[in-house]
Amino acid sequence: MGVADFFTTKLDEALGWARKYSIFQYPFVTACCGMEYMATACSHYDVDRFGAGLPRFSPRQADVLFVVGTISHKMAPVLRRVYDQMTEPKWVVAFGVCTCTGGFYDNYATVQGIDTILPVDIYIPGCPPRPESVLDGLMKLQDKIAAGRQRY
Amino acid sequence: MQGSDILARLQERFGAAVLAVHAEHGDDTALVDLRAVPEVLQFCRDDAALRFDMLMDLTAVDYLTYPGREDAPRFEVVYHLYSVPHNHRVRIKAGVEEEAPVVPSAVPLWPIANWLEREVWDMYGLRFADHPDLRRLLLYEQFEGHPLRKDYPVSRRQPLIGPRN
Repeated sequence: MGVADFFTTKLDEALGWARKYSIFQYPFVTACCGMEYMATACSHYDVDRFGAGLPRFSPRQADVLFVVGTISHKMAPVLRRVYDQMTEPKWVVAFGVCTCTGGFYDNYATVQGIDTILPVDIYIPGCPPRPESVLDGLMKLQDKIAAGRQRY
Repeated sequence: MQGSDILARLQERFGAAVLAVHAEHGDDTALVDLRAVPEVLQFCRDDAALRFDMLMDLTAVDYLTYPGREDAPRFEVVYHLYSVPHNHRVRIKAGVEEEAPVVPSAVPLWPIANWLEREVWDMYGLRFADHPDLRRLLLYEQFEGHPLRKDYPVSRRQPLIGPRN
């Protein structure tokens, strides 16, 4: 291993460590999963323990797009636009079965999983998911962020 | 006013234009001729004994493959009326033919009918004559067809972005 490789590896680790504890999320809340998102974000489950306590309501300031709730075909271009407005590096969490697969809304109105319109990093199933599931998904996202490699 | 009295009053006033009445589970319903709908609704709203000042709901039904309705009109438009002063309700229904699915608009009587009729147009494709702004309410402009019609394919998707089926 060369000296340059050593430094880039260590820099990646330092960046990953810093990023995993400063998740600025953009909650794209459209449906009932929002209640469970709020329960997770508030003091009882306290998402701030994971460094994700500051939702930004502008996609330009956010790192993680939380898609919380059913996405209809009418809403899909809006979601895609919000995703495009976020700056790199960015991650996407599909919160609840509706965002993962469409859930039981197998009909003319509903997007059958948001991964048909944008890349998804973490899927949190459940209708709605318990806060424990959300925290589990968040920790998996942290692992993914920490293990991320930069392109120099 | 009892439900049966409401139906009797409608029958007395409109005679043969009230095609049938029934009270399933206490929900008093009058099936009226489509051409008489504006007058019936106006009477329901303005008659001192009825005073249906609130249009609770306006929707439609597609009876395309409904058993026993082969000769009846394909659609029915349904009005749910409620009277705040008298605390009574009635349901008015009228058959709508598939060939000319045009219903007189109730917007002049109850402004809330504006959005309800737009929703019925969106979902069932029934037109409302003299509606001030008959656009889709819920779906997007690019959507083709009317999804709550029974002949809309259950698996047909029309996404604006992403894969089409």
